[in-house]
Amino acid sequence: MAVKQEIKYLTAVKTEKRQKKYCRFKKMGIRYVDYKDGEFLKKFLNDQGKMLPRRITGNSLKFQRKVAQAIKKARQLALLPYVTDLLK
Amino acid sequence: MNYELMVIFTPVLSEEDYKVAQKKFADIIKDNGGEVTHENPWGLRSLAYPIQKKTTGMYLVLEYTAPSDLNEKLKIQLNRDENVLRHMVTALDKYAVIYNNRKRHGANTDSKTVEA
Repeated sequence: MAVKQEIKYLTAVKTEKRQKKYCRFKKMGIRYVDYKDGEFLKKFLNDQGKMLPRRITGNSLKFQRKVAQAIKKARQLALLPYVTDLLK
Repeated sequence: MNYELMVIFTPVLSEEDYKVAQKKFADIIKDNGGEVTHENPWGLRSLAYPIQKKTTGMYLVLEYTAPSDLNEKLKIQLNRDENVLRHMVTALDKYAVIYNNRKRHGANTDSKTVEA
């Protein structure tokens, strides 16, 4: 029986290395998420205006909460829509 | 304690009414023992969704330090004033204050590097 590692495939097994996610706030030393800055907050919304989850934005828990608070404040002040289509 | 007041006025307000309204809130803060560190009128801006059937609003941002009981008086005035569509007072922690001065003095807005 062929030993497992001796098996050769015709085409190389493609395992593309997924780029390690990082928290942009920690990396760039941002300490405060400004709720007035709509453009910056839009990066954390999908095109329906809904908040992106942490596994997609790659934020750390602490900053994901700060971003969530800032987005809710911005929505309250009509800087960001609650729901829309083709936000970007 | 430093706070930040953000007010949306009705767009029907003329330029000098807008100034008068700005001064009014700045004065309320001053004569109740607070002091306004920065006043930043954004002017007419379109809203993300209509508020009270209006799609644009005159924004105003007031950053001030004040004793903690001042916000109560401020809120009464804001609720009573009929050309205020919406208002929000937020408390600023020390990073927020650093962020705001950096933004005013032309440093990069995303405060990439925070020295403090």
